[in-house]
Amino acid sequence: MMQAPVRVVSAGTSSRLLPTLLRTVSYLALTLLAILCLIPFVWMALTALKPENEVMTNPPRWLPSVLAWSNFPRAFSFYPFGRFLWNTLLVAAAATVLQTFVAVLAAYAFARLRFPGRNVLFMAYLGTLMIPQQVTIVPLFLMMRATNLADTYWALILPSAFHAFGVFLMRQFLLTLPRELEESAYIDGASRFRVLWQVLLPLSRPALATLVLFTFIREWNAFLWPLIATRTLEMRTVAVGLTLFTGQYGTEWHLLMAAATVTILPALIIFALAQRYYIEGIALSGFGGR
Amino acid sequence: MAAPERLAGHTSRVVEARTGAGGRRGLSLATREALAAYLFILPSFLGFAVFLLVPMVMSAGLSFYDWELLRPPFFVGLQNYRDLLVDPLFRRVLFNTAYYAFGLVPLNIVVSLGLALWLNTKLRGVTFFRLAFFLPVVTVTVAVSLIWKWMYEPQVGIINAGLRLMGVSGPNWLSDPVWAMPALIVLGLWKGFGYNMVLFLAGLQGIPSAFYEAAMIDGATAWHRFWKITLPLLSPTMFLAVVLTVISSFQIFDQAFVMTAGGPSNATNTIVLYIFQNGFQFFRMGYASAIAWALFAVIFTFTLIQMWLQRHWVQYD
Repeated sequence: MMQAPVRVVSAGTSSRLLPTLLRTVSYLALTLLAILCLIPFVWMALTALKPENEVMTNPPRWLPSVLAWSNFPRAFSFYPFGRFLWNTLLVAAAATVLQTFVAVLAAYAFARLRFPGRNVLFMAYLGTLMIPQQVTIVPLFLMMRATNLADTYWALILPSAFHAFGVFLMRQFLLTLPRELEESAYIDGASRFRVLWQVLLPLSRPALATLVLFTFIREWNAFLWPLIATRTLEMRTVAVGLTLFTGQYGTEWHLLMAAATVTILPALIIFALAQRYYIEGIALSGFGGR
Repeated sequence: MAAPERLAGHTSRVVEARTGAGGRRGLSLATREALAAYLFILPSFLGFAVFLLVPMVMSAGLSFYDWELLRPPFFVGLQNYRDLLVDPLFRRVLFNTAYYAFGLVPLNIVVSLGLALWLNTKLRGVTFFRLAFFLPVVTVTVAVSLIWKWMYEPQVGIINAGLRLMGVSGPNWLSDPVWAMPALIVLGLWKGFGYNMVLFLAGLQGIPSAFYEAAMIDGATAWHRFWKITLPLLSPTMFLAVVLTVISSFQIFDQAFVMTAGGPSNATNTIVLYIFQNGFQFFRMGYASAIAWALFAVIFTFTLIQMWLQRHWVQYD
């Protein structure tokens, strides 16, 4: 842990009163900023709980007179929002499992095995990280259309499961593990797959958690590709489904905010529980999870 | 890359000890290790080839065709790119996207660095503040765009209500050509600064406290320590943050699509939104592909410029 420069200075230059005062002001200001930062979420939740006639008031009123919980079931019947949630959950979970599985296998080869073309292939993986995703969407759409996969779960899952980031992250992590751990297992006659599965993976939990978290949240939040790859109402994801509420007959803000609350909650809960892995992942990889 | 090579040889020797020289089926150990490696990579590579490499090649090819989806495609050479150069709307979206990126990135860096320095002063409750500032990063962009659209509402939105309390009458934000883009930049700042803040916090933790102690003995002021120690030692992190934020800003789409659909009168139309409109509203597949490669060229150019500039300000050691 590093010393705090600001605090050391104030302690060295004045009595004990000034630092305490500075600290209090510092806390107050930070708390104010944190509240300011959370206002959009608070406003969302408050709007979601307002009866219809209290939504469009001028000046806006903060608190609803009664808590209109019925906005939530109404939002779910306004559009098949339950179906959108289910689609998104299924797609995000499947893409996460697939991405993690293939990334771990490839990362093991890149980190531990010697083979011709290893560096060239790894550079090719890294190189694709430079190409914006938008370059591939037109051909992907045409491919999905030609194979009749458009508007199916496959169209949503497959293109996002082979991102080079997963291979990169897992390889970087495996390289930090000492090799001595595997050697005794090899001497005992274990296969490479078994060593990966039983020795390396249990040690890779932090990196795996990061990859799972990054991928799931990325898929849960994805918008452009689901917008293109799906056509029917039954196949839409939550992000696409939310935009339907701003229809041509004006926006039902209270219902939209109820739906937005439900959309945001899963990512929030997962993040709050596992923020350590998320933040360590940013520090480890320097990118990803954006 | 030296360490992995050396270690890989080490494993081969261990495997050799296990199976004896020559191994099964008469294959050499190196060959068997390579075969195993290809098998491990195969699932990833198949997906990588089908869903990334092939589409990239197809996209490059498509950009030389005129193809309106329902009609047969025909080869036009560089015509799409020539059209781009004289397309006034493309110039507009290029300008808008650059406006967004160059408006957002400096704000983002100043706010995220400032908060990281602040949170790094051994405060209690850092976890709570970090959580609060980071939450916008992990929330669905479409959902928060809709929340901000609701807040920007000129009559009943809370932003103009807050301004009225201060005696200012706020603009029509999203339907005003002058204010729509600044409104998107404010949202982008709120949604994104937490990410760089976490990046900077990690970088600050990596600066040895001995440097500060030595500087303090020499009587350096806080201002001096920031410019002579913190900033130089943080410059690699800063470089990473700037490059990545510029790249992601150039790809802005969700907010523009959801909040303004590129309006009013194309004031917030962006490069990616223009790709979407051409590809999936006008079904001009070739032209959309050409715009996508123009986006790549823009991002690539700015990344190269920054790689070149970094020699003058980033310190590695």
